[in-house]
Amino acid sequence: MTDTVPNLTPEQLDTFGRELDAIRQRALDDLGERDLDYIRRIIRVQRGLEVTGRGLMFASFIPPAWLAGVTALSLSKILDNMEIGHNVMHGQYDWTGDPALSGHGFEWDTTCPSDQWRHSHNYMHHTHTNIVGKDRDLGYGILRMSEEQRWNPYYLGNPVYAVLLAVFFEWGVAMHDLEVERLASGDVDWGEKRDLLAGIWRKASRQVLKDYVLFPVLAGPQAPLVLAGNATANIVRNLWTFTIIFCGHFPSGVVEFSEEATAEETRGEWYFRQLLGSANLTGSKLFHIMAGNLSHQIEHHLFPDIPAHRYAEIAVEVSELCARFGIPYNSGPLGKQFGSVVKKICRLALPDRLRGVARAKPADAPTAPTQPEPVLVAA
Amino acid sequence: MYTETSTTHPNSRRPFVPFQRRGLGHRILGSGLIDALAAPHGVDRYLELIRPGWSINELRAEITAVHHPAPDSVTLTLRPNHVWRGFEAGQFVRCTVEIDGVKRARCYSPASSVHRRDGLIELTARAHPEGLVSGFLHDHAAPGMVVGLEQAAGDFVMPSERPDDIVLISGGSGITPVMSMLRTLLDEGHRGAVSFLHYARTPDRVPYARELMEIAAQAANVSIDFVYTREGGHRGHFCADHLRALAPDAHTFVCGPPGLIDAVRADGDPDHVHSESFVPPAVTIDTDDAVGAVSFARSGLDAPNTGATLLEQAEAAGLKPAHGCRMGICHTCTCRKLAGSVRHVVTGEISSAEDVDIQICVSVPTGSVALNL
Repeated sequence: MTDTVPNLTPEQLDTFGRELDAIRQRALDDLGERDLDYIRRIIRVQRGLEVTGRGLMFASFIPPAWLAGVTALSLSKILDNMEIGHNVMHGQYDWTGDPALSGHGFEWDTTCPSDQWRHSHNYMHHTHTNIVGKDRDLGYGILRMSEEQRWNPYYLGNPVYAVLLAVFFEWGVAMHDLEVERLASGDVDWGEKRDLLAGIWRKASRQVLKDYVLFPVLAGPQAPLVLAGNATANIVRNLWTFTIIFCGHFPSGVVEFSEEATAEETRGEWYFRQLLGSANLTGSKLFHIMAGNLSHQIEHHLFPDIPAHRYAEIAVEVSELCARFGIPYNSGPLGKQFGSVVKKICRLALPDRLRGVARAKPADAPTAPTQPEPVLVAA
Repeated sequence: MYTETSTTHPNSRRPFVPFQRRGLGHRILGSGLIDALAAPHGVDRYLELIRPGWSINELRAEITAVHHPAPDSVTLTLRPNHVWRGFEAGQFVRCTVEIDGVKRARCYSPASSVHRRDGLIELTARAHPEGLVSGFLHDHAAPGMVVGLEQAAGDFVMPSERPDDIVLISGGSGITPVMSMLRTLLDEGHRGAVSFLHYARTPDRVPYARELMEIAAQAANVSIDFVYTREGGHRGHFCADHLRALAPDAHTFVCGPPGLIDAVRADGDPDHVHSESFVPPAVTIDTDDAVGAVSFARSGLDAPNTGATLLEQAEAAGLKPAHGCRMGICHTCTCRKLAGSVRHVVTGEISSAEDVDIQICVSVPTGSVALNL
């Protein structure tokens, strides 16, 4: 265990876990009309922005209308992806019994089929958060995001791959469950992935048909502008979701874990890992809504199925609890957190040997993180 | 009174469905193009934001009037949207309302005539102390409120070739489906003898008393009789004499508590008695005798058997199984039993086969049970 990870006794971890369970239970007991009103209001705003955005783009011959349309559609896609889609698909509103808000039935406005997302994200990522070798969100099979991933010359392109992943993030997410890197290495056979591919094809072709064929064609002579507008909105959403999501687990200070150390976790230890493996973003209420409240990544990882709009109030209790147990609570503004993510992506592109040399140079000192990301080897 | 809301339809026995005609707007909104443009959410998710009752594919109804025919009862008049396919007298609909953010569904039988020209349906619910949905409707239903519906279902219906002589028997809130039958028969100009016998605890608890009296006064072939079980008097609970006094060879339609149905069945020709139990059977929860455990295979949960119905045990375990009537009628809660044996609380029947579908709202485990839930 490195010095950045606080040393808690099994008894302390047990108490810590029970206190978090109590916070969770209080929130569950309080679920009601307030939560439903909130998410319905967000949905209303999103659908309004979507219809407005698509409508304005039909008036693209007036340049400001095109710009306003793209802005409205981008905001709509961000809300649909994050505060609505991601959170509803976590089952945060299953208790309402409303089929339109069912975690198992919801489909979002991205190329990723929702059932595959529920497997790769809800199960794989949320269960194995930040366990190197198990959590495929650590680099999405494309990037080197951890010292524990062995360097090879491919990773020299780390920053380039990151930019490409950001621009085409929805496609990266859509292909997440395919495990492209294991297909390439021959560990997995294409035949095993046939059903997944068919699912991606079905979902993605509907999205492409809508955004890049039907709406442009309906716009007649303005087809190219509508096509460009829809593509822009998708890319804006991709860049934003990439930024927020990468700030959840990769800023400096976030802890990674090994499979061995986490093999037999208690509930308290699981909470402990979720907390150390996540980082929050500070910002205004509007910022949190646009981030799908994933700016409260810590609270989201502790309680993934509690309606996300409650994370802000839960965060007060969680940070107080952390202070009491001496556990670091990683939180910072977007600029600072994302800056440290960018640095990590660039730093890990280089072989460890070279980096060791580079870090020793005083000129590079400010860009290097103050402490290396620790790897928890013993819980 | 009934003539205000319904018009005689002597030649047609098919339910009148006014909203089935689809206009150009419906055809466009229901088209494949609009579906592709509204993907992945579907056009209904946009329409409902303009008006809660608007939907292309989902059945909903708007409450147009609310009455309280008796202190503890509420009568709702509903206008279903165009998805509604109509009903047969005696059937029930599953009605969904939102209570403190949670959707709750219960089954109610329309009491209106199937021939009502305005296409509206009328539901009457009695608010009993533990009735979450009926209590909510009693206290909060108001014109303009939109409720969810499912298409009518149920086998408690009259043959399409109407028998000449018909006996309608109801107990308590079981009056609604037979009320629908009576109103439907009147609208059809039925010429045979119709005897209507209703059992209530006290006179003030009969929702349609005034209308029934008016019908009796106007229609020579209809006789109406009320029996008040808490009033003492010369008649109490159902006995064979009541039925024989009405019509010995008539088709009998009875809806009410299980005791009433059993009594009618015991005395009538089995081919001529049609029945529906309308009151949740009293489940004897014997916590002392409950043994074994209930495992919910899909959720990976196990809980000790409490002796309650499997639906209640699933809910106590934090699951949200689909359900409707909670009394074994609507089959919404039907679920695969993987192993173990259960007792049907209404029939007492034991099911011990593996891999069979059971209604979890009326099944109690007799030992360890595994459900695909």
